[in-house]
Amino acid sequence: MLLTLSVVLTLLAAPVSWLLLRVVSRAVPWLSLIPLGLFAGFASLLPAVLDGQAHVESWPWIPSLGIAFALRADGLSLLFALLITGIGTFIFLYASRYLRGHADLPRFFARLTLFMAAMLGAVLADDLITLVVFWEMTSLASFLLIGFVPEQASSRRAAQQGLLITVGGGLALLAGAIVLGSAAGTFRISGILAQASELAADPGAPWVIVLVALGAFAKSAQVPLHAWLPNAMVAPTPVSAFLHSATMVKLGVYLLARLNPLYGEHALWTSLLLVAGLATMLTGAVLALRQTDLKRVLAYSTVVSLGTLVMLLALPHPLAATAMVTFLIVHALYKACLFMVAGIVDHEAGTRDTARLGGLARQMPVTATIALLAGLSMAGLPPFAGFIAKELVYEANLNGTVSWLPVGIAIVANAVMVAVAGVVTLRVFWGSPRPVPQTPHDPPAAMWLGPVLLAVAGLVLGIVPGFAGDLVNAAAAAVASQPVEVTLGLWHGLTPMLALSLLTVMLGLVFYRHWDRVHRLLAAREAIVRYGPDAAWDHALAGLQALARWQTTCIQSGSLRRYTGFTLAVTGAAAGLTLVARGALAVPSLEGSWTLHALLPLLLLLAAGAVLRARGFMPGIVAAGMVGFGLALVFLFHGAPDLAFTQFSVEAVAIVVLLAIVGRMPFNKGDQRTAAQRRSDALIAGGFGIVASALLLAVLASPFDGRLSGFFRATSVPEAHGRNLVNVIIVDFRALDTLGEITVLALAAIAAVAVLAGTRLARSRNRDKDVL
Amino acid sequence: MNSLVLFTAGRLLLPLALLFSLYLLWRGHNEPGGGFVGGLVAAAGFTVHALPRGRDALLAALRWPPASIAGTGLLLALLSGLPALLGQAPFLTHQWKTWDNGFAIGTALLFDVGVYLAVLGAVCAFVACYLGEEPEG
Repeated sequence: MLLTLSVVLTLLAAPVSWLLLRVVSRAVPWLSLIPLGLFAGFASLLPAVLDGQAHVESWPWIPSLGIAFALRADGLSLLFALLITGIGTFIFLYASRYLRGHADLPRFFARLTLFMAAMLGAVLADDLITLVVFWEMTSLASFLLIGFVPEQASSRRAAQQGLLITVGGGLALLAGAIVLGSAAGTFRISGILAQASELAADPGAPWVIVLVALGAFAKSAQVPLHAWLPNAMVAPTPVSAFLHSATMVKLGVYLLARLNPLYGEHALWTSLLLVAGLATMLTGAVLALRQTDLKRVLAYSTVVSLGTLVMLLALPHPLAATAMVTFLIVHALYKACLFMVAGIVDHEAGTRDTARLGGLARQMPVTATIALLAGLSMAGLPPFAGFIAKELVYEANLNGTVSWLPVGIAIVANAVMVAVAGVVTLRVFWGSPRPVPQTPHDPPAAMWLGPVLLAVAGLVLGIVPGFAGDLVNAAAAAVASQPVEVTLGLWHGLTPMLALSLLTVMLGLVFYRHWDRVHRLLAAREAIVRYGPDAAWDHALAGLQALARWQTTCIQSGSLRRYTGFTLAVTGAAAGLTLVARGALAVPSLEGSWTLHALLPLLLLLAAGAVLRARGFMPGIVAAGMVGFGLALVFLFHGAPDLAFTQFSVEAVAIVVLLAIVGRMPFNKGDQRTAAQRRSDALIAGGFGIVASALLLAVLASPFDGRLSGFFRATSVPEAHGRNLVNVIIVDFRALDTLGEITVLALAAIAAVAVLAGTRLARSRNRDKDVL
Repeated sequence: MNSLVLFTAGRLLLPLALLFSLYLLWRGHNEPGGGFVGGLVAAAGFTVHALPRGRDALLAALRWPPASIAGTGLLLALLSGLPALLGQAPFLTHQWKTWDNGFAIGTALLFDVGVYLAVLGAVCAFVACYLGEEPEG
């Protein structure tokens, strides 16, 4: 129950927190008790999970399709859940202060809570469909949070871009999940992983790999789908720290890690992840050097880290799994911390442009200390946890690599991380002082408490890595699908990894010293922007709109005559061809129908002829109404009084309304069609009439199946308490259909009102213009 | 359409049409009639009433915006399906209270009232739209 409750209650907490904050706006800081409570709940599962017992909960959802709402906490899921709720606690606290006094505070926290619920659901899901649902929900929450200030055009664009890319990836993932689930015969992830060897050999496996990887790459900002992540930095900083560095962007990595036991040996899987990871590391590193905005610099370094995580998955396990899990934890700790520091700087100094910041340490000693601790971890210097993670990354690289290229790229990428760490800490806080828009000072405790604890955690984990050793091993075991017993440690003697670390730090110092020069050099390369994926995105959107415009002008001619003509021609041709192809043309026996009632169709024919002879709209409408009334009489005489009644009413209302409209509309009196148009209209109308007649004759010729009407007749009174069969069918037996119909009716009315109101507005504007 | 005949007929027809429509609605379950026809008859009454008087008169006679009437109808139809869920029956299984003399009343009537209001609201929304259109000249 614990997992289900945690997800469901967090989902419910989203609207509740909105209501609460609307009523008691001072309750904001207390909202951080939600993630804190969840953290405690998940922590209580730790002992059992570390013992190797996964915690499973399952509820039937769509049993007919084998889909369940299943949640499962093993080492990997629990690690993510703890990260989400642990960092979430600090983010909630931080945001309560960061956004204090903001008018939309209730909405912000509702969305943040919704995101947390979705994220927990996604990492705990043990059912592929459940996972996809929560996965898409995180994308939606991210959209809402990036677009938190919808008045800004950049904010809207970033929100849309993030949504379309991640949700598009999510659709690919859904397709992959369906292919995988059908091949496995189950959507349960644990059940799928149990048949790993057969499924990896399945001919559909390459499709699954490509589709799943596409979803994961979009979510985790792998090249070339990375452009949305730096743009998402327009969101408020707590969002950047939470979603776009520590948790949501790692969801793609989580999925790849989760499915790694399945395809870990598949050549396509490893080569895809290796290439994407390395390309992302390199791209992120180069682009990070081009930036001056603190948050964008950090965002590109996040891209580098995400690339590293994906690359690690492609290397031989279990060592690479340990490296991946360790780096994931360490990165979440220092990156969330640094983002919050960037937010503090932005909040207190009024800018986050690195070119305008320097020497803030004197005015903001606490913030400077935090930044230094987190920066040292990011740079991978001992005794911080970042050092352990970097050593492991190098070890995994050296252990598995077939060429020097991955190692080389890793060194460059890590050196850029060192330089970035230097810029966001040393330069901003200890560099030469520069004038800033506001007088900076340390923020209130609510804003620095979380960063301090995260930064200290990075230091503690470095000194006493055994603290997290069991959890790392449990998570790595889930990735590598074998027991992992690695003891993390700071000092391993004089190893090749230590040499690489030294090389990295030296290269990083070179980058740092020449930051301005490198930055100028790269920023001058406009081709990066012009041919980058961000520009490609704009072109793709513009192309899509051009396509839509072209298609609309093709189909939507705006002429009612053409619409009606096309509809009737297509429907008539389809029905007619089907009738002929199936050999269903038949004429019923007309025996016994030559009674007085046969005079009625004569009336109908007369009325139809009057429609054709009518000159102008008014006589035409009246003549068409005569056809309708004649039809109603037919119904009446053939024992369908209800139908007749309805038909009478419909005709009456239609005639009155139509006449009223025609009286008020500037219809031209004459017929303006050319002779050719009249001929083609006649052809379509005549053809459709013939097909409709043939269809009705065929229906009458086929034997009447009385089972359904027999059922209705037999059950109408005892079960539905009504003698009027038609009405009983409408309101009871087929009530769901009726509900759908009246919904369509109401929506059509509302849409018509909206459309007509729009044209009226435009017309009155034009009139105003004429007056002016 | 400012004919005196229409103007006077509208005043007489509206209450008659409304009464008749309610009668149709009520007896619909056992005799010819029902919410759909009832709604149409009521809408016809309002239309005839409004034709010579204009859009504002129609809205005043309706008292509520036509779209809200249609929406209320939808909501009632939806609500009428909910009691079934309490009894573990599928959505929209109507629940009945029966008396010994054969009289029965159930959620089906509520559903039919929903249909009535949805039809009335939708038709009046259309009519109100067109009545608002100024003849161009």
